Amino acid sequence: MKDIPVEKNLVDLYFRRTLYGFAVLAFLLLGGMFAFLIDLGLPAFREVGPANLLSLEWNPPLKSFGILPFIYGTLVSSLLALLFSTPVSIAAALFLTEIAPRRIGALFGFLVEMLAAIPSVVYGLWGLFVVIPWLRTSVEPFLRDRFGFIPLFSGPIYGVGMLAAGLILAIMITPTMTAICKEVFHAVPRSLKEGVLALGSTRAEMLWIGVVSSSRSGILGGMILGLSRALGETMAVTMVIGNTAEISMSLFAPHQTMASAVASEVAEATGVHLSALGVVGLVLLLISGFLFLFLRLALKNGGHSK
Amino acid sequence: MNWRHWLNRLFIFGVCSLALIALVPLFSVLFYVISHGASSLTPGFFTSLPAPVGEIGGGIGHAILGSVVLISMCSLISIPLGLGMGILLSEYSQKPVSRVLGVVVELLSSIPSIVVGLFAYALVVRPFRGFSAHAGAIALSMIMIPLVARTTEEMLKLVPRSVREAGLALGLPKARVILNIVFMGSMRSLTVGVILAVARIAGETAPLLFTAFASQHWFQGLSEPLASIPVQIYTYAVSPYEDWHAKAWGGALILILMVLGLNLLIRVFLPRRKDG
Repeated sequence: MKDIPVEKNLVDLYFRRTLYGFAVLAFLLLGGMFAFLIDLGLPAFREVGPANLLSLEWNPPLKSFGILPFIYGTLVSSLLALLFSTPVSIAAALFLTEIAPRRIGALFGFLVEMLAAIPSVVYGLWGLFVVIPWLRTSVEPFLRDRFGFIPLFSGPIYGVGMLAAGLILAIMITPTMTAICKEVFHAVPRSLKEGVLALGSTRAEMLWIGVVSSSRSGILGGMILGLSRALGETMAVTMVIGNTAEISMSLFAPHQTMASAVASEVAEATGVHLSALGVVGLVLLLISGFLFLFLRLALKNGGHSK
Repeated sequence: MNWRHWLNRLFIFGVCSLALIALVPLFSVLFYVISHGASSLTPGFFTSLPAPVGEIGGGIGHAILGSVVLISMCSLISIPLGLGMGILLSEYSQKPVSRVLGVVVELLSSIPSIVVGLFAYALVVRPFRGFSAHAGAIALSMIMIPLVARTTEEMLKLVPRSVREAGLALGLPKARVILNIVFMGSMRSLTVGVILAVARIAGETAPLLFTAFASQHWFQGLSEPLASIPVQIYTYAVSPYEDWHAKAWGGALILILMVLGLNLLIRVFLPRRKDG
């Protein structure tokens, strides 16, 4: 929509200037965010140096501030979440758009949206007292007995740990990914679906070939958006991942993510420790900024007008 | 029936059951929060301070009050700023400032809330040497402003161009057209957007952990640490005491009732959207 071009008097001018002032404030906030985080993290670079920061050992009392365990924890928990959430989200979106009758689809969509309305800390509470006991007593022993020869499913079982974090994250990003998949599936032209059916395919083949396969790039976009949500998710992860700065192959082992490290340590940190946590925050900011730019550019090139 | 038809049935069945799995957590969360939390909800739970460990009773009245204070402060900051930015995004969308603002607002809303909290920490807590309600409100505002700005933009863009032209044709200045016609005419949907934003930040915990921090007392001033429901839930949940766990569930029930209640309320009043 084009703007109204006319500005008739001084009131208009001042009105616009005021709004520009608001915009400048937003730019300052964004700029300030980078500036203050750099300012917070700089002492760590100066005092302990990048080699220490990029090491595998996080042990503040011993002055080692390697943030790699956090990056590992963030990446693995987020990828695990994607692994769980992608099939469920695709299925939920298919159900919503193609399979369910209109009314049931609408109700289902509403319930999935409600999943997004539940605060993170409530998921954490539920994870801590419901999911973790379930993982500890049934799921993880089962996995270890059957697949214990794979390093992923070996080692001692605590309940808290990577698997719990991945599972909770998956639940939390499912509404986002379902919403994106739903839009992408909606955009599949009717003629394409009819064409596939006319070639004699069954309904399942039509859904798979016509709808899902032709939406691959959109689904990928949804996955990246889900990934960016998962990377920054804090409270629920902090409560279930076990808060141990460690790199271990086992999905049962407690870990720490970048967000959960900041959440659990900043309030008591001082000096270099605080500054190193500033670096963690800065890395998180840069990663989420990078994913944002990637998504924006990808959407522009993908020909999606909306 | 050949194998393709069996595969067809299997696929449809698989899709339906996977889709239903997505809803299991919702019902499970609601079930546990209600069944574990309901017993905590006595009148005293809303009105009293936490009791020392081991003593019966006590509540999270201070945290409820704290949340109200934080949300009010945050709304005072974010609603005018968000609405203003939304107007700029929608009514001046051709101006370069507005285009850049669009990207900045989206970027701001994609930044993890914990990073926003860290920013508020560096901006307010560190220089003033102490956790404060101010810092918490600023952190929450950084999350709420982009939310309000984006919904305002969307809602105002639904107003047809002809309405604006009619206002101009009557000889009104552009500012009046925007404020008195476009803006006032969208009041209902804007209110909905603001309420959704409030529902969203009411449950935010991460940015409050080291800005507003926590407190065991009633509100003591804006430069002092301030308790809030989400942080209180976190503190109680990770504590080793059974009694505190029960209180965490009680707090979660209050939070869920508030957040889902606001969402449901809005569904009822939301003007029909144009989704196809």
